[in-house]
Amino acid sequence: MSFLLGSGAGFSGDRTDAAVAVVAELIKRQQPSALVFETLGERTLAAAHRAMRDDPESGFEPLLDELLAPVLRDCLDHDIKILGNFGAANPRGACQVIADLATQLGRGDVRIAQVHGDDIRQQLHSLDLQRWEAERLDMPGDDALISANVYLGAKALAEALAMQADVVVTGRVADPALFLAPLMHHFDWRWDDWDRLACGMMAGHLAECGAQVSGGYFADPGFKDVPGLATVGYPIIEVEQDGSLIITKPANTGGCVTEQTVKEQLLYEVHDPANYLTPDVTVDLSHAEVRQLSPNRVAVTGIRGKPAPERLKTTVCYEGGWQGEAEISYAGPNALARAQLAAQVLRERLVFRAPAELRTRLDIIGLASVFDSDSGELQRSASASASGDYRLRLAAEHSERRWVARATQELLALYCAGPAGGGGVRRQFQRRVFTASYLVKRSDVNAHASLFESSPLGERRSERYAAS
Amino acid sequence: MLQADHTQTTVRPDTSVALHQLAHARAGDKGERLNVALFAYDPDHYTTLLEQVTEERVLALFAHRGASRVRRYPLPNLAGMNFVIDDVLQGGVNGALNLDGHGKTLSFLLLSMEVDAS
Repeated sequence: MSFLLGSGAGFSGDRTDAAVAVVAELIKRQQPSALVFETLGERTLAAAHRAMRDDPESGFEPLLDELLAPVLRDCLDHDIKILGNFGAANPRGACQVIADLATQLGRGDVRIAQVHGDDIRQQLHSLDLQRWEAERLDMPGDDALISANVYLGAKALAEALAMQADVVVTGRVADPALFLAPLMHHFDWRWDDWDRLACGMMAGHLAECGAQVSGGYFADPGFKDVPGLATVGYPIIEVEQDGSLIITKPANTGGCVTEQTVKEQLLYEVHDPANYLTPDVTVDLSHAEVRQLSPNRVAVTGIRGKPAPERLKTTVCYEGGWQGEAEISYAGPNALARAQLAAQVLRERLVFRAPAELRTRLDIIGLASVFDSDSGELQRSASASASGDYRLRLAAEHSERRWVARATQELLALYCAGPAGGGGVRRQFQRRVFTASYLVKRSDVNAHASLFESSPLGERRSERYAAS
Repeated sequence: MLQADHTQTTVRPDTSVALHQLAHARAGDKGERLNVALFAYDPDHYTTLLEQVTEERVLALFAHRGASRVRRYPLPNLAGMNFVIDDVLQGGVNGALNLDGHGKTLSFLLLSMEVDAS
């Protein structure tokens, strides 16, 4: 009998009602299964650490309640394991939220496990690190450091499942490891059975971005049509003991699982297809094949595995100054010339109103923007209608907030002092995060799991519910 | 300096089409590096893609964005290929001033390349 892996979310900010249809299908199938929430992007973790500085009770996925409330009781009642990296910077805080939610749902007996070992801020300066994707090897000072987390593999998560956990809460782990762990636990594969590990890891890779394998991020009307995108079904992967994979989705949902959707996701964020590095296995998908078995069922075969890399990837986030944006619209007759004049006025103003090291970029949305370079090469060569609907956008960065504020304020001032008919100014600025990646020795990482000691509703939390 | 292909106005053969007619693509980012996976709709067009969507042409298409290197990994079983383009994200998701710091829209810049489908 196959093991079923369902996806409940593919990033922090994903649809919070997606898991409902997946869980309904998992219950209907009556097979061993797990539901995975992947909600921790590279920058999401830095944001969580910042949030925790201001409020020690935060630091985990802000929508955790909203994601789990509709499905937690059903999953517990039907022994569907839940795994999620929704612990972010504060897995213990997330465990408490889940324990409280389970108690409210009449299942205070829930077993929750927490994975430890990804956060290496304290040891960072004493570790033997190799540069991976980093401009420099010297670390930011303690003042600038926001977070340092190792991408853990599936072992500590499988350990948590061996403790008979119903819910496994992690911080940073390799996203597909969230899916590999229940397979390792269920099938009892060996940790050096590279081909099966590779299949399990690719099951996770295909499902970790939620709907991206089942019709999301795919539609191109007239070329790639997707039915029911508003109710797109999140993926379910059927995995067999021998590692074979079938991608499908819940009945009565929108979207589609086709050879095309699976191929696009198979290579998503992959570099050398013969050497896709993960903490538990190096995957070779250069010989992979996809085959449509029936509507919304696609088999993936030909995945091979090689020994795991010797070191683990670690991402360090640190303060990167300030970044801001401001925009203003011009529409109707001669709008393009008015937007271009506004851009010219801003360029002239910023020469004497801001320091030379202020980095800026000007786009004219509708003429050229996302494809363009910072210096606006396409903007100068592109042709577009003189009349239309154009939006001038300024982006600026500086280590000091005041200069980013000044630059965006100069765009705001175009209201009264710029060309005719400008409107709809929006302006915002925020702290920026820099990231750098390093490789750390496995022996320096202590990944392990522990069962969360569930306590009755905390006082602060009862107050929060009473107030809401 | 290499000129981006889609801004050229040279006379094209009658059989010239946008790559978008023959193939679909998805982009993903890691740091300053972008990957774009490209797949022929019809496996018969795979050879056309191999012959015409070369590392050199892709580098030229992304030159205005500062691309420094392109590597192409053919995937014959999938009638596709994976392009890895270095230094094209102008700082990446954290550093870029571009609205699209991830470079997610750039799959369609690749699909705007003209190819001869004869």
